[in-house]
Amino acid sequence: MTSLNIIKSINAGLRRSMENDHKVLIMGEDVGKLGGVFRVTDGLQKDFGEDRVIDTPLAESGIIGTAVGLALRGYRPVCEIQFDGFVFPGYDQIVSQVAKMHFRSGGRLRLPIVIRIPYGGGIGAVEHHAESPEAYFVHTPGLKVVSCANPEDAYWMIQQAIESDDPVMFFEPKRRYYEKAEFELDGSPPLPLHTSRVVQQGTDATVVAYGPMVKTCLEAAAAATEDNRSLEVIDLRSLSPLDLDPVYESVRRTGRLVVVHEAQRTLGVGAEVAARVTEECFYSLEAPVVRVTGYDTPYPPARVEDDYLPDLDRVLDGVDRALTY
Amino acid sequence: MTVDTAVDPAGGGAASEPELVQLLTPEGQRVPNEHYDALIDDIGTAEIRALYRDLVLSRRVDSEAVALQRQGELGLWASLLGQEAAQVGSGRALRQQDHVFPTYREHAVAWCRGVDPAQLLGLFRGVDQGGWDPRENNFHLYTIVIGAQTLHATGYAMGVQRDGALGTGDPDRDTAVVAYFGDGATSQGDVNEAFIWASVTNAPVVFFCQNNQWAISEPLERQTRVPLYRRAYGFGFPGLRVDGNDVLACLAVSREALQRARDGEGPTLIEAFTYRMGAHTTTDDPTRYRLGSELEHWRLKDPIERVKAYMVRGDMADQAFFDDVEAESESLAEHLRTACRQLPDPSPESIFDHVYVDPTPPLLAQRDEMKTYLDSFTDEEAQ
Ligand SMILES: Cc1ncc(C[n+]2csc(CCOP(=O)(O)OP(=O)(O)O)c2C)c(N)n1
Repeated sequence: MTSLNIIKSINAGLRRSMENDHKVLIMGEDVGKLGGVFRVTDGLQKDFGEDRVIDTPLAESGIIGTAVGLALRGYRPVCEIQFDGFVFPGYDQIVSQVAKMHFRSGGRLRLPIVIRIPYGGGIGAVEHHAESPEAYFVHTPGLKVVSCANPEDAYWMIQQAIESDDPVMFFEPKRRYYEKAEFELDGSPPLPLHTSRVVQQGTDATVVAYGPMVKTCLEAAAAATEDNRSLEVIDLRSLSPLDLDPVYESVRRTGRLVVVHEAQRTLGVGAEVAARVTEECFYSLEAPVVRVTGYDTPYPPARVEDDYLPDLDRVLDGVDRALTY
Repeated sequence: MTVDTAVDPAGGGAASEPELVQLLTPEGQRVPNEHYDALIDDIGTAEIRALYRDLVLSRRVDSEAVALQRQGELGLWASLLGQEAAQVGSGRALRQQDHVFPTYREHAVAWCRGVDPAQLLGLFRGVDQGGWDPRENNFHLYTIVIGAQTLHATGYAMGVQRDGALGTGDPDRDTAVVAYFGDGATSQGDVNEAFIWASVTNAPVVFFCQNNQWAISEPLERQTRVPLYRRAYGFGFPGLRVDGNDVLACLAVSREALQRARDGEGPTLIEAFTYRMGAHTTTDDPTRYRLGSELEHWRLKDPIERVKAYMVRGDMADQAFFDDVEAESESLAEHLRTACRQLPDPSPESIFDHVYVDPTPPLLAQRDEMKTYLDSFTDEEAQ
């Protein structure tokens, strides 16, 4: 057993992928000498060289666009976008090119590209450094989208994403970067990449979350036990494709569902989960599906982000609304 | 390592390279220049004192902000240390009606435009995303997405063109626009697109690149193989390199480029060759990627020391003057400290303000939802 935080876990996962496959490349701004602004790629350039860990020019469209070419040539690029809000200069390459190449080529071309994005708020950052842009990519066919929530998943999911022959958007919950956990580095991944997982069992309501909100929901579940409420918490892990079978199964038992995410509410991942659960579990539902999310505003200045972000109390409030219906 | 991009990688040789425009040496000696002297022939003792004051005060704003960040009053600060001359020189070349599109580091330009430095702090403290009215001083909001503002500047300049506020010969009417950006920004698509737009529309925009040698950890050689100012020729407009630590040279070249723009002669790229003496921002650790010797090398080129030496040498100021500026910078720092701590936290509901000009019913409903939720705590407390 090793105790690692999420940063070190992703680093270890990247290292292992690079050792196992010499076609794996890392590219991005400041990923080499500096080891990334969060140090996720720390030490990799020293060990694998400048040809495999590439400090790119400051140009996101360039990072993604050249990754397309490298992938066409047989490489497996792992691109780092420095912060969530800076994915947009590369957005055109991601949605117009990366997402569609396999389809357009009638399956002849593959783009095994991973795009890593530290995302989400709660760290007191300035604008463009705290956004949750995942829904844009979930809405784009051809991309797979995942978000890890703990060190063990971070370690395995990054390796699975790199092994994927489809392009994967890999969202890292930056405010959980320093959360530590003990787990086994050897062995094989406990779960396939695109599966959700019940992280805590319960009977009164189902709470679904992903990325940074998983921890918040677990805390809420712990607090709820004081009121004799038993919450089941599910970590989606994969946002595209969504693995909702465990959610349906859970909702059929609890009759109540609360979906939690930091991103804006309208047309967010929660909207899709609510729609699908309503379709599948209509007769089991005792209450409408409740969403606890960020508001439909631009991400606000740091001093008010605590009011924007769902916290333990807002999750419990959502649970209350579902339970008192 | 600083790249000496004065050496032509294509093999053209340094001989074909135009000189770095310099009017004041690091030792404070005035270098005569046939062309540029005329552009600053109005700079006498009073004017040089004013420039010195700008340099010192903007440095003081910066060091105080760094201190406020260290005390936890600001979440972040992007220091301009070392870049004062580039900013003051270009900033003081502007006229009232000119318009500035800055990055997040242009604190001294803001100073020259008359923006209260305390207003710059809101973004970094996390209470707002730009606390000043960009129309009041023709100083746009800070732009954090690298390079985006170069296109905004170009579009604004195209608007100036359409308004006929160019080439009329009226010094209070003819308008120039300036876009500030860094060396790293030159790699962005947006910046290259701005160059294209400005060139083909002949827009009255000056691209002012502060080449401070680093884009966070990445040295200039990670962004370019040719000296940056030379890019301009490929896009079809002039470019030049100026000693970015020489306030007189920056003033002269900026005046010329801005006047070209106002006269309707189109864009110019100015590469101010300078150095970022501090960390990229207060969260950065430059010891991981650059050498102390590099810092020492650039310390000898300090933009303020050379003006001081020049003034002393030419008897343009006595100790009393320097003491006065020092005292003034102390009270400015005091103002900043007080104003910073007094910047009020926004109310939670304020996040719904200004999302739209005409607020939408669903958004107003979300605001009510938040208010009801927050009020439920107050009610509980009251009980
Ligand atoms: C589109 C985008 N990508 C990445 C970043 C993160 N970032 C902030 S500043 C910076 C380096 C900028 O370097 P340069 O343009 O040389 O300006 P300097 O900060 O040195 O003045 C980077 C990569 C950003 N702000 N915007």
